[in-house]
Amino acid sequence: MKRTFWLALGLLVVLAAVASAFPAQAAQPTPTATPVITDNQVNAVAHTLYCPVCENTPLDVCGTQACAQWRELIRQQLQQGWTVEQIQQYFVENYGARVLAAPPRKGFWWLAYIVPPLAILAGLYILYRAMKQWYHPRKATAGESPAKTPETPPAAASAEDDAYLRRVEEELRKRG
Amino acid sequence: MLAHIGYGALLLSFLFSLYAIGAAFYGAQRGRPDWLESARRAVLVVWPLLTLSAVSIVALLLTNQFQIEYVASVTSREMPVYLKITALWGGQAGSLIFWSWLMATFTFVLMLRSWKRDREFLPWVIIVTMVTLAFFLGLSLFVENPFARLWATLDGHTVKAMFRPAGAMPFTPQDGNGLNPLLRHPGMILHPPFLYAGFVAFVIPYAFAMASLITGRTDARWIRITRRWSLAAWLFLSLGLILGMRWSYDVLGWGGYWGWDPVEVAALLPWLSGTAFLHSVMIQEKEELLKHWNMVLIILTYALVIFGTFLTRSGVLSSVHAFAQSAIGPLFFAFIGITFTASLYLLMRRWNDLKSDLRIESLLSREALFTFNNMVFMGIVVVAFWGVIFPILSELVTGQKVTVGPPFYRKATGPLFALLLLLMGIAPLSAWGYASAKRLKKLIWLPVVLAFLTTGGLLAIGIRSVWALVGFWLVAFTAFVTLSEFVRGVRARMRRGEALPVAFLRLISRNRRRYGGYIVHLGVIVMATGIIGTQFFATQTQATVPQGGKITLGHYTMTYDGLQEFFAPDGRHVARAIVSVYKDGKKVGVVHPRRDFYLDSQQPMTIPGVRSTWLDDFYVILVDWQPISVEGATFKVFHQPLVNWIWTGALIFILGTLVAAWPEADPETAKRRRPRHAARREARASAS
Amino acid sequence: MSAESSPQPEIPPEVAPSPKQGLSLGKIVVWGGLLALLAIVGLMLNRTQKGGVAIGDRVPPDLTLTAFDGTTYRVGDLKGKVVLFNFWASWCTTCKDEAVALEQAWQQLQPRGDVIFLGLDYVDTEPDAKAYLQRYHITYPNGPDKATHWAQTFRITGVPETYIIDKNGRLAYKKIGPFRNLNEIMSAVMAVLEK
Repeated sequence: MKRTFWLALGLLVVLAAVASAFPAQAAQPTPTATPVITDNQVNAVAHTLYCPVCENTPLDVCGTQACAQWRELIRQQLQQGWTVEQIQQYFVENYGARVLAAPPRKGFWWLAYIVPPLAILAGLYILYRAMKQWYHPRKATAGESPAKTPETPPAAASAEDDAYLRRVEEELRKRG
Repeated sequence: MLAHIGYGALLLSFLFSLYAIGAAFYGAQRGRPDWLESARRAVLVVWPLLTLSAVSIVALLLTNQFQIEYVASVTSREMPVYLKITALWGGQAGSLIFWSWLMATFTFVLMLRSWKRDREFLPWVIIVTMVTLAFFLGLSLFVENPFARLWATLDGHTVKAMFRPAGAMPFTPQDGNGLNPLLRHPGMILHPPFLYAGFVAFVIPYAFAMASLITGRTDARWIRITRRWSLAAWLFLSLGLILGMRWSYDVLGWGGYWGWDPVEVAALLPWLSGTAFLHSVMIQEKEELLKHWNMVLIILTYALVIFGTFLTRSGVLSSVHAFAQSAIGPLFFAFIGITFTASLYLLMRRWNDLKSDLRIESLLSREALFTFNNMVFMGIVVVAFWGVIFPILSELVTGQKVTVGPPFYRKATGPLFALLLLLMGIAPLSAWGYASAKRLKKLIWLPVVLAFLTTGGLLAIGIRSVWALVGFWLVAFTAFVTLSEFVRGVRARMRRGEALPVAFLRLISRNRRRYGGYIVHLGVIVMATGIIGTQFFATQTQATVPQGGKITLGHYTMTYDGLQEFFAPDGRHVARAIVSVYKDGKKVGVVHPRRDFYLDSQQPMTIPGVRSTWLDDFYVILVDWQPISVEGATFKVFHQPLVNWIWTGALIFILGTLVAAWPEADPETAKRRRPRHAARREARASAS
Repeated sequence: MSAESSPQPEIPPEVAPSPKQGLSLGKIVVWGGLLALLAIVGLMLNRTQKGGVAIGDRVPPDLTLTAFDGTTYRVGDLKGKVVLFNFWASWCTTCKDEAVALEQAWQQLQPRGDVIFLGLDYVDTEPDAKAYLQRYHITYPNGPDKATHWAQTFRITGVPETYIIDKNGRLAYKKIGPFRNLNEIMSAVMAVLEK
């Protein structure tokens, strides 16, 4: 029981870490042969970028003139057939890494993605150590029926509900 | 004159709080109860003084005293009265005073309770609360003074100072700058007070925790005393966050309610540790376990409150939320350094005294699940804290700024929140001590099956997103478990002969904490449903149409019927569009998105027109960086499924917390009353 | 609450803490973590308060500007001259107030040969930037602040901002906001020249 538990937990963590390492799919605007680019296509790209000036404001909701200019720039780039990645790359080169919604996956910034799974693993380790100290599994010799609870052996569902209610009130009395 | 009274009262409050610290410390060290009583009275005096100070600011705001720099910066002549009052917390200086006033109010109430049984706690509670208060008062007195005047110096500059600088003349502007239009919304009016009340109220349990560590009285007494404070603090903080979300949704015009902005996250962090704390102390009250956890969690909550306040106000973070940079950063830093170090030192000193013989007999027992619960909350705190601090770290190390935004938080915290939902479903079914897997299976199979049926139903109506289905399964599972708890309890009572409504009410009123907690969980479940709906299924579109034009989004269509333009009496130019909303061809409503342009601050604000039902919101906003006329106006249209479940869930939250907090007889006084009764009976018996 | 008539209740004495254990890994991690956090926040706060480069500090010599016409200007190579550089943007409303004065100052100072003006276009788009330069007939070198490298080095808080580097490559002057008139610009530059 105990071993399966830890195995399952560890597996879950590894799965989560692996899943999170894959970069998110950026929203793809509908590729269009005609040069008419809709607002929605511009917004879809702008949504993945942040305003270079007003901090922590996504580019598609920013109302300043500068942001309007950048959205126009995106429109022109889409008309010329640029892909989303190319547009993002252009923005990063010209305006810095902070225009992206999450840090680029290179150099020092890898830490941003490594630390959370490490922290989870560290937490699991602490949990493991704590459980080793505290966990004293009750041997299942007294049958599977819980010996600690004070009610009579279960029969009909009604008896169990009564017992349940009695247990609730017992708990409350113990708590005062 | 009024400003001088206000400043004087502020100064006196500061001095009294310092005195209280000194007197309490001396009284504790020398065992002098009279000094302790003096300290307590000093604390009582602080509140009326600080109230006088706060009321002075409000009076200055209401009477347009623009020679006071704060008044000029946050009000203007044509602002309505209610906004002038709430401008008290509209700017840095005023909001610090408001923070201090809340702190003083809570400690005033605290001092009025009977301290007979907890005499040894009193000095340390006074010291911790007054040190915090004195710090904030010090900031107001020496750095961000709301009573500072404007002066015109000889070389043409305008400076602000409390007392006249050499050679300067008093300067009174004709009109103030007015409150930022974004802040002139009911949500914005309530959001800061509730948020601050939540932050400040958590200082009380922290103070008791420190007192417990210092005096060595590490039993659950401090938890029992502060239980209602913790609950109230948690409720205020939750409401503050939800009001902020509602305000964002109504006013910011991007159809969302949470952007994982660093300041938002900084306010969420103490809520996370506070929620873990609330759950964890339940165990210590019952079985004196998890003492280490409880100390860590409350210290962490206090630390995150102070740290979050520092981040927002020091200029280290910049965001739509942050106040302008000022000199309070370094002072806050010093305060953080001292308090964090002191808390950690006191905790380490008593670490071994907090040991308990925790025996976890089953990994499915309540104790085990609460421990897991704590760990998951801590996991979210660590990850979110990393997200907030990383941009700062990046700038220090690489010299370049980066943004840590929704993609990071969604992936990092999403699974953890899902795990919390799962735990919320399993925990009510487990028992204290030994809980067998067999018994749990017996109780759990029905909710699991029902959850699968619900998910099957959702698949049937066309929902395909895997994560959304997982989310809905969890929500359904937890909902069925929580409801089954009510059903079982009511059925048991009804078997005793009570009618359904009576059984239901008695069940709740006899077990307020448990069932109040379940109601809160139901509120969370309803909110989670709304969050899943909006996060996975929201759609939007944007188009420019002339009058008569149509925009379609999914099942909905809107037509741009007309435009009204006029000047509002409080100094705004308003452009109000008339938009008809159709669903599947049938007209379902008329909405009025509008653009207000505030002449005093030259800033626009857009108000959406929303058609709300329990199922979804159809949300239309005028895009104000494009021209608005009958020839053409640009609209952004959002479809937000289940969004109103978020606000409804919040109401259920409040109900549940009130139920859980409703006073029952204090168990300890009840126990003591019994022996007294027994003694009286004995006396009567022996007399007769 | 009135004064109690009965004698004040005693304050129970403190319970002595149990004997401490020695240094453990957990303790080191926790205290280390706190120290690290304080260090990071303290350093960051220091940065914020100071601004990127303080007056008197050496300006990083590797800062390079590639003007719209392709010429590159490197701070290190400009030693011996007084360098005035101005952050602006086409979308910035107050930059327009000083554009004319800046060009006039340049016209007066350029013949000297020991002063150079550089315009740093902050997060802008090229066509709009060029239109701005044309409108105000600006002739001194202008180029985009690629990846906001200069802006982040000096931690600007907005545009316009103007900085002057003295002949020894140290920062001598900083102005936040637009210049009021030509005189202000001239006196600022002359003050640095005469140092």
